[in-house]
Amino acid sequence: MTAPLLEVSDLSVEFPQRRQRLQALDRISFTLEAGEVLGFVGESGAGKSLTGAAIMGLLEPPGRITGGRITLQGQRIDGQAESVRGRRIGMIFQDPLTSLNPLRTVGDQLVETIQLHLGMDAGAAAQRAGELLDEVGIDRARIGAYPHEFSGGMRQRIVIALALAPEPELIIADEPTTALDVSIQAQVLALLRRLCKERGAAVILITHDMGVIAETTDRVAVLYAGRLVETGRTAEVIAAPRHPYTKGLMAATPNLDLVSVDTVLPQIPGSMPSLAALPPGCRFHPRCGDVMPVCRRTAAPFIDGVACHLYGAQTQEAG
Amino acid sequence: MPGGVMMDNAYLQVSGLSRHFDISDPFLARLLTGGARRQLTAVDNVSFSIARGQTYALVGESGSGKSTIARMIVGLERPDSGTIRFDGRTAFDERQGQVQDNSLRQKLQMVFQSPYSSLNPRWRVGDILMEPIRAFDLIADPEARRRRVHELLDQVGLSTQDAQRYPHEFSGGQRQRISIARALASNPQFIVCDEPTSALDVSVQAQVLNLLKQLQRDLQLTYLFISHDMAVVRVMAHRIGVLKNGRLVEENAAGPLIESPQDPYTRMLMESTPRFAGGAASG
Repeated sequence: MTAPLLEVSDLSVEFPQRRQRLQALDRISFTLEAGEVLGFVGESGAGKSLTGAAIMGLLEPPGRITGGRITLQGQRIDGQAESVRGRRIGMIFQDPLTSLNPLRTVGDQLVETIQLHLGMDAGAAAQRAGELLDEVGIDRARIGAYPHEFSGGMRQRIVIALALAPEPELIIADEPTTALDVSIQAQVLALLRRLCKERGAAVILITHDMGVIAETTDRVAVLYAGRLVETGRTAEVIAAPRHPYTKGLMAATPNLDLVSVDTVLPQIPGSMPSLAALPPGCRFHPRCGDVMPVCRRTAAPFIDGVACHLYGAQTQEAG
Repeated sequence: MPGGVMMDNAYLQVSGLSRHFDISDPFLARLLTGGARRQLTAVDNVSFSIARGQTYALVGESGSGKSTIARMIVGLERPDSGTIRFDGRTAFDERQGQVQDNSLRQKLQMVFQSPYSSLNPRWRVGDILMEPIRAFDLIADPEARRRRVHELLDQVGLSTQDAQRYPHEFSGGQRQRISIARALASNPQFIVCDEPTSALDVSVQAQVLNLLKQLQRDLQLTYLFISHDMAVVRVMAHRIGVLKNGRLVEENAAGPLIESPQDPYTRMLMESTPRFAGGAASG
C-alpha cells in the first residue's frame, strides 16, 4: 500500500503567552490523496488557516508546532517546510494584490518562479510562462503587464498560474475567492479545480463558506476552536451532517432554494470562544443544543469521522 | 422605465437618481497630453420605492453603485439629479438641493458594513448610544436618558452593564448589535443597512439578520438593505432591485424575481451563488 500524498497526524500548535500557553490546534489528523480536493471549513478562530500555515511552515512566531507529524509522500516535512514550500506545495492567499510584486511584470514573476524551481533557461521559461497564462485564461500578449493593470479576478488567475508553475503536488488555497465578486468566484474556483485535477495535484481549500465547500471539494473537514469535529465525503456530510456544529453551520447559511422573507434562520447562540478562554470538555458544548453532562467534562474522541458524544459507545467513558 | 412604478403606501420614493464622478487626469496632465475630461456614471437614472414597514434590497457586485445610492439617500453624498422623498416630504430635488431638516434627519439612520470602524473606540457604549439622543434633543431628563440606553441595549440582546464597556471589548457580532442600537436611538422610521453582515461569521450573521427582522416587526421599520449576496437578500427582502454598472436592470417582488429572473445578469448572479441542497433544514 502506498502512503497518501499528505498525511497529518496529531498536529498541535501552541502560542506561548506570558501566563499561559494558548492551544490553537489540538491533535488534528487527516490524509489527502493525489488529485483530491479537501475543504477546511469553520468560522474565524476555528484554526483552518493555522492548519494551512503549519503545513507550509509559515506559523507566525511565537506560534509553534508542539506535537504530531506531517509527511509528504512519506517524507517528514514538519520543521523543514522551506525545502518544499513553493516547489512541492504551492500557496494561494486571499488577496492577490499582496501576493504579487507590484513593481514587476507578471511575466517576470512567472519566469523567475519557473527558472528557480525547474531550472529552465530563460527562453524555455518564457515559453512556459505564456502557456501558463493561456491555461488560466489570460491572453499571453499581456505577459508584459503589471499586476495593477488586471482586475481582481484576473490577478487571482495569475496567482494560480504562479502557484502551478513549479508543478507542485499540493496547492493550499486560503480563502482564494473571498475578495472576489460571486460571478468571478465561481469561475476562479472551477479553474483551480480543473487545473489541479488535470495535473493530479491535490488541493486544500480553506473557506468559511459551506456553499463553496459543497460545489468545489471532494472531502470536507469541519474545524471548531482548534479541533477537528467532523470529516467525510463532501456529498455525504452535506446530505447528512452529524456533528451539531456542522448542522448549525449549514442551517445558519442562507440557502437560496429554501429561504424566504418569512424565514427565521436557525441560529447558533453565542460565538466562537477565544483561545484564552476555551471551555472544558467538548469546546462546542456551551453553544450546543444537544449538550449532555458528559460533554461538559470530556472531549469526545474522534471516531468514524465525527468527534461527538452523541455517536458511538464512548459516551460512558469516565470523565 | 424599470422600477418606475410608484406605490401608494410608499415610504421612500427615489426617482431619476444619478451621480457622476469626475475621473479626469489632473488639470496639468490634461494640458500636456491634450486629454479630455472624463466622467464615470456611478448611478444612472435609478428609480424605486419602498413600502412602509418593508425591506427593499439593492443587490449588485462591486462597482454597481449600490453604496453610492445608499449614501445619497441618507444625505452623505449629493445626487447630480433626481428626487428623494420620504413619507411624502422632499429630502432632495434638483431645485432645492438637500433639504436641511432635523426632524427628517432623525428618522433616517444607517448601519455600516464594518463594526470595527463605525464605532468610536474611545467612547463607552453608553455614550455612543446617548449621542443621537443628545444630538436630536430627544430626552432632557438624565435618568430617563439612562433608562432609554438600557432599553436600547435590551432590544438588541445586550445587557445593561455593557453600557460601561468600550467597543474593543465586544466581538464583531456584538459590535454590530451596538451599531443597530445606535441607529435605533433616535426613534427612526427608516434604516439603511449597508452590507451589515458581510464582515461576520455565518452563525453570527444569522443572529444579526434575525434581530433586524424582529426589530422591523416590533418597531414597524422600513429598511433599505444593500448586499452582494443573493441568498442573504432572499432572507431579508420583500422587494429586490438588481444593479449593474449604476443601472437597475431588474426589479420585482422578491419571490418572482428569485423564482423567475428575467434579466440575464440576474440569472447569472443566481447561478453563481454557491448552494447546497443538504439535510441541514431538518438539523
